[in-house]
Amino acid sequence: MKYVDEFRDPAAAKLLLAEIADLATDQPNRKFMEVCGGHTHAIYRHGIESLLPESIELVHGPGCPVCVIPMGRVDDALAVAGTDGVTMCCFGDMLRVPGGTSTLLEAKARGADVRVVYSPLDALALAEREPDRQVVFLAVGFETTAPSTAVTLLQARERQVGNFSVFCNHVTIVPPLKAILDSPGLDLDGFLGPGHVSTVIGTGPYRFVAEQYHRPLVTAGFEPVDILQAVAMLLRQLDEGRCEVENQYKRVVPDDGNERALAILREVFVVRPHFEWRGLGFIAQSALALGPEFAQWDAELRFDVPGVRVADPKACQCGEVLKGALRPWECKVFGTACTPETPIGTCMVSSEGACAAYYNYGRYSPRARIPVRAD
Amino acid sequence: MSDDQPDSDLARRDAVFDRIESWRQRAPVLRDDTITMAHGAGGKASQSLIEAIIRPALSNPELDRLADAAVLDVPAGHRLVVTTDAFVVTPRRFAGGSIGEVAVNGTINDLACLGARPAALTLALALEEGLAVDELRSVVADVATAATAAGVPVVTGDTKVVERGAADGCYLTTTGIGFVADGVSLSADSVRPGDAVIVTGTIGDHGIAVLMARGDLALAAEVSSDTAPLHDLAAGLLAAVPATRWLRDPTRGGVASTCNELAALCDLGVELDEVDLPVRPVVAGACELLGLDPLYVANEGKLVAVVPADAANEAVAVMSRHGAGTEARVIGRITEDHVGLVVVRTAFGGTRIVDMLVGDPLPRIC
Repeated sequence: MKYVDEFRDPAAAKLLLAEIADLATDQPNRKFMEVCGGHTHAIYRHGIESLLPESIELVHGPGCPVCVIPMGRVDDALAVAGTDGVTMCCFGDMLRVPGGTSTLLEAKARGADVRVVYSPLDALALAEREPDRQVVFLAVGFETTAPSTAVTLLQARERQVGNFSVFCNHVTIVPPLKAILDSPGLDLDGFLGPGHVSTVIGTGPYRFVAEQYHRPLVTAGFEPVDILQAVAMLLRQLDEGRCEVENQYKRVVPDDGNERALAILREVFVVRPHFEWRGLGFIAQSALALGPEFAQWDAELRFDVPGVRVADPKACQCGEVLKGALRPWECKVFGTACTPETPIGTCMVSSEGACAAYYNYGRYSPRARIPVRAD
Repeated sequence: MSDDQPDSDLARRDAVFDRIESWRQRAPVLRDDTITMAHGAGGKASQSLIEAIIRPALSNPELDRLADAAVLDVPAGHRLVVTTDAFVVTPRRFAGGSIGEVAVNGTINDLACLGARPAALTLALALEEGLAVDELRSVVADVATAATAAGVPVVTGDTKVVERGAADGCYLTTTGIGFVADGVSLSADSVRPGDAVIVTGTIGDHGIAVLMARGDLALAAEVSSDTAPLHDLAAGLLAAVPATRWLRDPTRGGVASTCNELAALCDLGVELDEVDLPVRPVVAGACELLGLDPLYVANEGKLVAVVPADAANEAVAVMSRHGAGTEARVIGRITEDHVGLVVVRTAFGGTRIVDMLVGDPLPRIC
């Protein structure tokens, strides 16, 4: 596969691993957070963790869009999906996310019309094909997916599709990053910066990480060679006493971002005053809502949404995992009460969730064998 | 009738009776375009469906007796092997195959995995009221083509019809009966550390072909289902490598799930080499876009075989000579490490666990 195989080239990886080993010998133990769930997935899928020197630890960050959805919002989605005449469209990952009482998958089995789509435009097309249904798109994701929701809303307005609406849960990446940097006892030496979010917002918004918090950040791609190169770039910065925002993912990420995408985000969305994040609590100005011009396509206004806050289950330590304070297997319920079949926390649901990635791919490594129920 | 009727009247009456009788004797003619509840009621309409569609397509001496059961002779020195499978794939036709072909090949392959020679199939059809008769005709024709190609007759069967909305068009169930020679025993218990794990060709073709045929992704990929009967390939392997330990067809859940079952059954670990996994570039590309792992995508014409390490080359050579196994290769080995787990070595030496599938990324693929 062109543009993929090159970045999975074992020879290139070997060179980078040698460079990393070389840089790491002269440095103390390093802890880097990979912000994106996509990175977490790639790290485990390709077994990268087991290749790095033991002095380098990768910590999984909050950038899995499914993992940060609080239970109350899932319950709201369930309430909308249970409304007569509603067809709820969502990405496959959302089906198994537990709300306070149930999941969309269970709601579907009980008779709710829940359908998996690969794009919000598919949901809009469905609304036009089935004018008697109220089609709701359950929008989740960072700035990566928000533009496609925005384009869909622009088209819905242009074509005046009245039976379509969006239940918006889009979030932004900078506020949670700030929340993590502000958390007491922060123990991170640098960041593998978001890749696909940065294709939209560019690298400028991360400058505060280097300037105010004095941690280097390297935006990184999602193939093994990308991740290894970004790790090497972080080590080199630390080695040379630099602290900057660098861009490893230049083939995709323009430093200025995507101005057109940013423009439609501004046109369609407004920033919410605050939004609840799973495990992280309420974070100010961290999420998007539909702007007043799009009020008629806002599912939160069209349907009766309970909007009740549901506390995370007591046993669940997703918040600590999302902040990088706990490694997945250090959570009390990891692999026992909380498994991909019966997730308690969202981190165990999406393949980008740190716990699910760890459970699925990482349980066996030459470095550490984590005892986990093997059924 | 009275005696005072003229002879001419009697003659005319007899002629009418004869005509009625000859109509009664005629084979029932199927005049309907769509399946109705009557076709499942067991009466004339059912008979017309069987006579017009099922029997002409699948005819063989045992089926033609139209009994509700068939009699088979068990050859001396053999034991009976039986398997049954339900087929609900949607859509019913996709590049490289159809529900009819998969229903025949899938069941034959389940027999082949126990080292059995398939001898006969049964076919049960669950039809939804309103199904086009032409559609049924083509489904049965596909069953016939696949059964003939495999040399395995359909010896008995059943047809039922359910109300519109109670099923999705047409479901098939096939039962396979085969014979395995005394002394042949393929079992995970015989698997030993160091044994080689072989797959008979490219993985994930069937699942991606079905996904593409659904057409609900804005994605096109030229990939055909690999559906094929594998009993000849399996027989060839067993003849050349009698020490073959275990065979399984990696259908739903793909090679990953098959290897997990193996690891659990033999109480050992399975280690796969990612670079050795045969994946067509088009399948790899589709999986990459959709976030699927080809290891978990279904196959309908592949076997996973475990053979002693020193017989691996011979096994691959024998498989490669068979049409369905031209791309056979060793993909991994059995190990005493990580008992019960399947671990993949990534291209540059990292490792990851390949666990059982959770949920169902591609429902109704067979």
